[in-house]
Amino acid sequence: MIETLVLLGRSGISQLQELGKAGILLYRVLFFPPNLRKGFPLILQQTYAEGVLSLLIIVVSGLFIGMVLALQGYHTLAKFAASQELGPLVALSVTRELGPVVTAILFAGRAGSAVTAEIGLMKATEQLSSMEMMAVDPIRRVISPRFWGGCIAVPLLTIIFNAVAIYGAYLVGVKWLGLDSGVFWSNMQSSVEFRADVVNGLLKSVVFGVAVSWIAVTQGYDAHPTSAGIANATTRSVVYSSLAVLGLDFILTAMMIGEW
Amino acid sequence: MLSQRFVESLVGIFLLFAIAALTILAFKVSGLTTLFPPKTYTITAAFDDIGGLKVRAPVKIGGVQVGEVTNIDLDPLTFKAVVSMKIHDHYKDIPDDSTVGILTAGLLGDNYIEITPMYNKTYLKEGSQIEYTQSAMVLEKLIGQFIYKLGNDNPDKNKENGEQHAHQ
Repeated sequence: MIETLVLLGRSGISQLQELGKAGILLYRVLFFPPNLRKGFPLILQQTYAEGVLSLLIIVVSGLFIGMVLALQGYHTLAKFAASQELGPLVALSVTRELGPVVTAILFAGRAGSAVTAEIGLMKATEQLSSMEMMAVDPIRRVISPRFWGGCIAVPLLTIIFNAVAIYGAYLVGVKWLGLDSGVFWSNMQSSVEFRADVVNGLLKSVVFGVAVSWIAVTQGYDAHPTSAGIANATTRSVVYSSLAVLGLDFILTAMMIGEW
Repeated sequence: MLSQRFVESLVGIFLLFAIAALTILAFKVSGLTTLFPPKTYTITAAFDDIGGLKVRAPVKIGGVQVGEVTNIDLDPLTFKAVVSMKIHDHYKDIPDDSTVGILTAGLLGDNYIEITPMYNKTYLKEGSQIEYTQSAMVLEKLIGQFIYKLGNDNPDKNKENGEQHAHQ
């Protein structure tokens, strides 16, 4: 009985410790920013590795999600003789929810896991320690660029995902199912608000970008320096990021709908 | 390892791509047109009942949109609803004896304002008020009146109703 309690307490303390470590890491990343002249190329390189190289998966999944949404939505709306409302349906669900959430989850799988594995391996092979030996701060040289690269990449990817998904829906709804193109766009324009829908969606994606990058970087930095430890860290990075994105999405949506 | 210059240009293309997508989202999807607002002048009109009229509802002449509602306020003395609307400068020769009414798009659609031009040679300008207004038709009131009339079945009332119908 006492044993179980002790175990519970121990695991609680270690969880809190990890959270504290993650907080300290975030603090160091945020308040000791990389030197602008030296750090900028590094951030750019990470934006390339995390953003540009994720472009393919984002574009392809955006296209297919838009197309599926149009197909499903059309057949449901047609039952109520409201198929001309397909444009608003797709545009609102993509800009408000699907765009930010799906992009962040795909990003966690495509780029977040890679960042975790890379940093974890650097730690396991003692590259981080040798940097410290050479008086190079590994946080500024390795962690910070990866964090900022992710923060920049996620909102940009979300914008692209949104646009591609809506064109995917256009492709199915107008070109295949024969909806009128003018009705499709004009209904969409009259019900989508730039500030309330598009900008709020982007705000979400900024938060998700920070959360996913933070989790990926933390898991890599705190990984046990063994092969099993890196495998664990990578798994946890993806799982935690996905859960954090879904949880944050609920909170943010509640705040935004409540006229925050 | 790619050269830094190549990586930078790829990131630049990525950024341009995202900006292009944002422009599409702004203009094509959300119909944002107020980035460079066209020149307008503001006129007002006082209504007894505006029904479900909302800010940003279209103002039309002959079905063509010429402006939009900018503000709805209640006059504290007369208890009339004062609707401010901005009209594009493009349409500045609207006679000042025009009538303005609140109509409904379709049977159950949104309310909009329709201006019916008359024949005066003086025109509406910034700040002027339209005198001749026509309140919104509220469906509940219409139905209420209809039922009220059906209920009054005494003969002379019926006759009066019949005359009214003949007039209409």
